[in-house]
Amino acid sequence: MFDFAVQGAQMALVLLLAPLLTGIVRKAKARLQRRRGPSVFQPYRDLARLLRKEVVLAENASWLFRIAPYLIFAATWVAAALVPTFATGLTFSWSADLIAIIALLGSGRFFQALAGMDVGTSFGGIGASREMLIASLAEPAMLMIVFTLALIAGSTQLSSVAAFMVSSEVGLRVSLGLALVALVMVAIAENARIPIDNPATHLELTMVHEAMVLEYSGRHLAMIELAAALKLLLYISLIACIFAPWGLAPAGAGAAALGIGALSYSAKLLCGGLLLAVFETTIAKMRVFRVPDFLGAALMLGLLGTLLRFVSRSF
Amino acid sequence: MPVDLGLECVGALLGVAALALAVGRSRAGSSVVYGASFILCTIALASALRALIGGGIAYERVLPLGLPWIGAHFRIDALAAFFLVVVDLGGAATSLYALGYGRHEAAPMRVLPFFPAFLAAMNLVVLADDAFTFLFAWEFMSLTSWALVMAHHRERGNAQAGYVYFLMASFGTLCLLLAFGVLAGSEGDYAFAALRASHHAPVTAALVLTFVLLGAGSKAGIVPLHTWLPLAHPAAPSHVSALMSGVMTKVAIYGFVRLIFDLLGTPSWWSSMVVLTLGGITAALGILHALMERDLKRLLAYSTVENIGIIYIGLGLALAFRANGVEWAAALALTAALFHVLNHSLFKSLLFFGAGAVLTATGERDMEQLGGLIHRMKLTSVAFLVGCVAISALPPLNGFVSEWLTFQAILVSPDLPQWGLKILIPGIGALLALAAALAAACFVKAFGVTFLGRPRSEAAKSAQDVDRFSLAAMGLLALLCLLAGVVPGFVIDGLGPVVQSLVQGRMPAQSDMPWLSLIPIAASRSSYNGLLVLCFIALSGSLAAYAIHRIASRALRRSAPWDCGFPDPSPITQYSAGSFAQPIRRVFGAVVFQARETVAMPPPGALAPSRLTVEMHDPVWEGLYAPVGTAVGFAAERLNHLQFLTIRRYLSLVFLLLVLLLLVLAVWL
Amino acid sequence: MPHLAFDTAHLLAGGLVLVSFVLLYQDRLYSLLNIYALHAGVLAASVAWQAEIQNAPHLYVTAAIALGFKAIVIPVALRRIVVRLGIHREIESVVSTGLTMLGGMALVALSMVVMLKAAAEANPLAREDLSFALAVVLLGLLMMVTRRNAVSQVVGFMSVENGLVLAATGARGMPLVVEISVAFSILIAFIVIGIFLFRIRERFDTVDVQALDRFRGEQR
Repeated sequence: MFDFAVQGAQMALVLLLAPLLTGIVRKAKARLQRRRGPSVFQPYRDLARLLRKEVVLAENASWLFRIAPYLIFAATWVAAALVPTFATGLTFSWSADLIAIIALLGSGRFFQALAGMDVGTSFGGIGASREMLIASLAEPAMLMIVFTLALIAGSTQLSSVAAFMVSSEVGLRVSLGLALVALVMVAIAENARIPIDNPATHLELTMVHEAMVLEYSGRHLAMIELAAALKLLLYISLIACIFAPWGLAPAGAGAAALGIGALSYSAKLLCGGLLLAVFETTIAKMRVFRVPDFLGAALMLGLLGTLLRFVSRSF
Repeated sequence: MPVDLGLECVGALLGVAALALAVGRSRAGSSVVYGASFILCTIALASALRALIGGGIAYERVLPLGLPWIGAHFRIDALAAFFLVVVDLGGAATSLYALGYGRHEAAPMRVLPFFPAFLAAMNLVVLADDAFTFLFAWEFMSLTSWALVMAHHRERGNAQAGYVYFLMASFGTLCLLLAFGVLAGSEGDYAFAALRASHHAPVTAALVLTFVLLGAGSKAGIVPLHTWLPLAHPAAPSHVSALMSGVMTKVAIYGFVRLIFDLLGTPSWWSSMVVLTLGGITAALGILHALMERDLKRLLAYSTVENIGIIYIGLGLALAFRANGVEWAAALALTAALFHVLNHSLFKSLLFFGAGAVLTATGERDMEQLGGLIHRMKLTSVAFLVGCVAISALPPLNGFVSEWLTFQAILVSPDLPQWGLKILIPGIGALLALAAALAAACFVKAFGVTFLGRPRSEAAKSAQDVDRFSLAAMGLLALLCLLAGVVPGFVIDGLGPVVQSLVQGRMPAQSDMPWLSLIPIAASRSSYNGLLVLCFIALSGSLAAYAIHRIASRALRRSAPWDCGFPDPSPITQYSAGSFAQPIRRVFGAVVFQARETVAMPPPGALAPSRLTVEMHDPVWEGLYAPVGTAVGFAAERLNHLQFLTIRRYLSLVFLLLVLLLLVLAVWL
Repeated sequence: MPHLAFDTAHLLAGGLVLVSFVLLYQDRLYSLLNIYALHAGVLAASVAWQAEIQNAPHLYVTAAIALGFKAIVIPVALRRIVVRLGIHREIESVVSTGLTMLGGMALVALSMVVMLKAAAEANPLAREDLSFALAVVLLGLLMMVTRRNAVSQVVGFMSVENGLVLAATGARGMPLVVEISVAFSILIAFIVIGIFLFRIRERFDTVDVQALDRFRGEQR
């Protein structure tokens, strides 16, 4: 019973913390740009406001357009809830296969792109086609990273990987370093952050994600924004649980270890958010046709990591 | 006995083909023929399923047909039973679909007699147990499908498609003939039992592998022998396209598996390298071609090429593991490949049925004349969407399961000792991941441009949904895709005897795993549970919907699209198939197809429209087929002089040849 | 803890390969020089770590030379040459970045296969460090072959030398005199190249090697 409660607590925790993380990133960016910036709780207020508003639907929007926000949200929430945050070995964590998590995010993206094409405007089309270009390179890169991690940890099950990383067997490995660099690059691309996409813009020249959701409003837009925040949380949790696994409570731990796990997780989120803000402020956005070079480099690094593991155990 | 029942169904199908000659012209003719095919395929399917579940015991039958001193051998073992399930399931679904679709056929006598014969031929190939029967059935299959491809021969491009198909099919049969010849050696006993027992030197084995790759591979559609596939498969009527893409390519895979895994014995590790490389290149090139297409059926045909590549990657991995004696890993890889065989036949048939429905409703195959069909063809669009999600390998449907198993097989391959494999397999893994991601992009394009958005032509505006039979067939296949995705354990257990007979190892029994999970190696390594994923998504989706409906505003208003404040009334301004694929064409196509875009812009003030021209080169056609064609033409030109010699010259030719043969005989003796 | 020692050595050698890839990716001249400084810095760290675990104090001198000379002096000097000559700041490449990176991957795979098979009886950890060093050399050569700008060819040449130093330190027992002689020959080569660059620039107003081909009458 306690185990179910802990699993439920993780699912609720990721949902509650996601807007806060987005708020922290925006506040940090504002401060670095010498502005005061909105409060860190502003995303909650934004979501509440969107939920209260009326939905304005295009005349030729279909049932797919109306269902897609729920599907995208559900797929992203399930994926985010499966990534270990403060503890490994929870009740359903054996079903958290890394490849399945990536494929769930892929399903979300599939329906997002279809929803973008549904209304039949050119903005939706541009967002969908650019998103699929980015996906066609980011997903193989992510899979190569998963292969590298699986070849080091001996499993694609995320909680086994996290448990392996916490234990002292892992040491410093070249392929882990390559996987970390590649994962950071892919995470930036998948979350539509600078230098790939600008999350704060509404200009056609610079948008990918915003173009796909241009026609959404009201509660639908709230679900999609929450799903995007969840995706950012998922990637930062993923990087934290694999490359900075200290403080993760082991399987079947008591309340004290869980408390420590929760505290260290919050610290990792804060750290990740601040680093992201610093990175976004220091670098400029790339033009769209330089994104394949960027992601191609991530793919090469992932492939190199996998190749090194194939060649020798000690890499 | 299952083999007798199978043969009786084949005979009955040939009878239906003969019947079609008589009743084909009448109004109920197509219903009779397709209904009879449906019933016979269902009977054959049930019998094959029983044989498969019964543990794969082999049943044999020798009939006094064909050559008098050999007869015709037929056999059902586990492998044949599985492929009979695939063939007859596809046949039954297609016959059900055709009960509705076939009513719109303009030339029924060109299709009706050949359809049951095609089904009979495919069943016969899988049942055959000696080389003569196999080759006879293979050629019969090619001829009947060629007749079906030429059914609408007056349409543009169909005659050329039929011609290319005919050439490639003949070439394939020739290669298979040579393969069997080399396998049988100098004794000349062509029964499969004798071929299985014979022993081969490595050079002979290499020769057999080459011939089988050329023969069975060209029918399956591996690069560079794939060029006939996107010409021929779309030219046939849609239900036949589904059979050709979904089922006939699988019969070609059966040929490869039977000859290489069963008859050839233990493979060598470098043969796996050849198969892996071909599989990887086929997967990547196939899906890139599909992304550049604007014809819906050609897109689906190129996607078939990609999936055949994925199957060959699995087969190559199985060969590699088998050559190194790691049976459990070979079982994993082979199970992944065979599971993908079943999956592909399910979702590709479903997609071709959808394309046929669109063709019936609008008369168009060109995606850039379609659009907005989700409002007009509601049920077809749902079924087509399920097919698109399945083929893009997204959980919880079946495409993801076979892809996950293939990835697991790649992850256990670092233990292989050969350096070539160690370097090649990560590259093939990257190609597979790239092909899977590009497939998702391709099917977003296919569904988005065809069904979503606004209608781009009058035909799309006035489309109606299709009849009950077509919808029933599509719904059945969509349901099977979902079932194979959420409870894949049963399929894998069904494949157990097949894999056991081929690589002497099998995956652990999946039906009694906790929560019906899929655990390919051990619980500590990796597991996947499709049912749980489906439940989680359904639960969180409904929870979200419930919460939203409680706390959020329920108000909804319809209005014009926002479009940043500049809505354009013309549907021409929305993204077309070409524009959707443009970023990918620019990134990947520039390298693979040497794609170049040129914009011809008139000077300011001129009223002429600007023009965008895209120039692409097919590397296989221009690199392989065009030079071969030129060489053949050149040789024919030169040899044509032989037609115009004088009588004295002809006599001297005969005389010289006779002297030459006598010389050879003198030296030899 | 011996594992940590060897793992860190691998990490630094792998980091050098990674920075070589980053060098291949650059298409702007100033960032190329900065990344080259980083390359030399990682080399210095690697050599210093080898000095630590091999207990060979003369390698500290090598590390100091790498840090002071190659990470600071040479990039600064090259930057001044670029400014003086007014060299075109974008680096054109013969094939696209994607294909170059793919070629780099193939070269890394090749060096793995060659070194791990050729030195099959040697100490496995030294063997792997050597394979990384060979990879750095090959990547530096690839950079020289696929770039049209003379400065980038110089940088490629210097990264080849970095790879050789890595190989020599990893192989245990590189005497200081070898390092000093190698460094001096590099310095001489560098001065010669620098003089040639000035001369070429004076005569032809450009250091784009394709333009030089045109003047030689070998226009493509």
